[in-house]
Amino acid sequence: MADDKSLWRRINSYHDELFVAPWRASIAREARKEEDVLVALLFLEALGIPGSADYFALELYPDLIEAFHHWHQRMGMETFPEAGVCC
Amino acid sequence: MPAFYLIVITLGAFYLGYRFYSKYLAERVYALDPNFKTPSHEFSDGVDFVPTNKHILLGHHFTAVAGAAPIVGPAIAVYWGWLPAIAWVILGTIFGAGVHDFGAIVTSARNRGQNIGTLSGKVISARASTLFLLIIFFLLTLVNAVFGVVMAILFQAHPGSVIPAVIVIPIAMCIGQWVYRMKGAVLIPSIIGLVLLYAAIPVGQAYPIHIDGLANLLGLSVRTTWIILIFAYTWFASRLPVWLLLQPRDYINGQQLLVALVVIFAGVIVGWDQIVAPAVNHVAADTKQWFPYLFITIACGAISGFHSLVASGTTSKQIDKETDARYIGYCGSLGEGSLALAAILACTAGLGSAADWSSAYSSFGAASGGALGHFVDGVGHFLSNLGIDAQLGASFAVVVVVTFAGTTMDTGVRLQRYILEEIAELAGFRSLVGKTTVLTTLAVVIPLALALVPGGDSAGGKGFAFGQLWTLFGTTNQLTAGLALSVISVWVMSRNRNPLAAIVPLTFLLFMTSWALVLNLISFLQEGSWMLLIMDAAIAVLTAWLIVEAVTALNRQRGERRAEVADES
Repeated sequence: MADDKSLWRRINSYHDELFVAPWRASIAREARKEEDVLVALLFLEALGIPGSADYFALELYPDLIEAFHHWHQRMGMETFPEAGVCC
Repeated sequence: MPAFYLIVITLGAFYLGYRFYSKYLAERVYALDPNFKTPSHEFSDGVDFVPTNKHILLGHHFTAVAGAAPIVGPAIAVYWGWLPAIAWVILGTIFGAGVHDFGAIVTSARNRGQNIGTLSGKVISARASTLFLLIIFFLLTLVNAVFGVVMAILFQAHPGSVIPAVIVIPIAMCIGQWVYRMKGAVLIPSIIGLVLLYAAIPVGQAYPIHIDGLANLLGLSVRTTWIILIFAYTWFASRLPVWLLLQPRDYINGQQLLVALVVIFAGVIVGWDQIVAPAVNHVAADTKQWFPYLFITIACGAISGFHSLVASGTTSKQIDKETDARYIGYCGSLGEGSLALAAILACTAGLGSAADWSSAYSSFGAASGGALGHFVDGVGHFLSNLGIDAQLGASFAVVVVVTFAGTTMDTGVRLQRYILEEIAELAGFRSLVGKTTVLTTLAVVIPLALALVPGGDSAGGKGFAFGQLWTLFGTTNQLTAGLALSVISVWVMSRNRNPLAAIVPLTFLLFMTSWALVLNLISFLQEGSWMLLIMDAAIAVLTAWLIVEAVTALNRQRGERRAEVADES
């Protein structure tokens, strides 16, 4: 019986990885796109564009700096050119 | 000859191809390194770059590259007999698709997981990026046109399949919501979804959907009405978020694909059907000849440029070790070849007697217009060998093809919208950028106009130029493969490896494509098919452009290699 359960779990897991994982990835991709827009908006100042929300978003920066690092790498910049922002 | 022998011969050849030729490619041409840090590890982000078990990744890769095209192409191509079709599937898969798909994964993985469009700009020339954009524009236009017609043909011929084909949409959306909201495994809801889908097949048989009344009201033929309805649906579907409909339906497609392959091969073995088609069908001199049309009629199933988009777009970002590329890339193309084999079996051994076959394949028009019908009837016959009613079996096959075609069109229109936006930006029409409604409308109207082009030789196509559109689609698909093979060849040369394994299929494809395009050009001119003539001429210009780019890039690379050798000595 224990073996049956383990077999069922294995089938479940293979099914999940084979058919459902790409789809979960696409949901995560969509969510990341929205986050990318948010990060870009919050770091407008660092990109050289005056941002109206900067004053209010300042305290979020320490929490978002890692997300910003991944963001600029996804946007094609291996290291961010502005000193003191990250990297 | 029993159809089973064809399975043994083809799968045996595929095994030898994997065992020996892919080993040669891995060691001598691509020089795989098990210690190379793949993009999935270097840029691991949990979304795009994820190290994945090679068996699972093969499943992802195969279900992404397989669709309705490896069914339609071979189903038409058996018009010239089963021997040329199966020979091209075997040789094309082993020496073309295997090299192409495997190479696209490795080249992309060695270049930070970049896609083939970006790589063509980087490896060949900056102009090649624009060339890629234009080839993809024509490829998507023709994909959407042919699959719109495919669905219309099937719905008209099998009205009992409309309900199950439509019911896939709410089922996919419901499973989608389950996956989105529940974190656990979804095997049970997935099984329930499949049971509901199969339960809808007899319901569809009991309540076939005829649209003659609507067609009469609009003053159009039934097929034209179906084509317009399908494109109208695609306009809406392509605007939905991908996770809501496209992705869950793709997931059902993956399951359907595996089920279909298993039941077709099981049906052939259990029924021990004989091949009733001739080995070589000597067709009239004034119709399309197998040389060169065979090589563009079967693109997916032998070699297809579309695979390079998947290989470099997602697969290369997920391979755990570089050496996995051999298993995933090469076996993915063998899987596609097996699907083409299944289509050939259905259309040569599943159609009853030799006389039935001759009547079904009386002309190229009958072969192309009726290709899907022949496949569906063949699968129905194979399922009857397993004790399932042939009509229900045929409906099952229609549902498989229609869900594939629907997903392809949905993706195609969506991608075409992005391509049109990029082309508009390049051409200076900035007012079009960001206008989703206008761009979607353009992405739908252009292939719709092509789908409705009347055709002269389409006896089986009942007045539509499906056969001509299919050959044009094949040329664009082979051009995409040509571009990918050019990138692979130049990259292999840059690593001081012998690129002949990639250059030979590249030369072969470009030669056959150019030849077929010229023959088409003459034929469209004689028929006065101006829209097809313009498409063909534009694709011919792109082919010439690609030949110039490929030769220039290879020469440049050869020059650099000589200079390096001279420096070393």
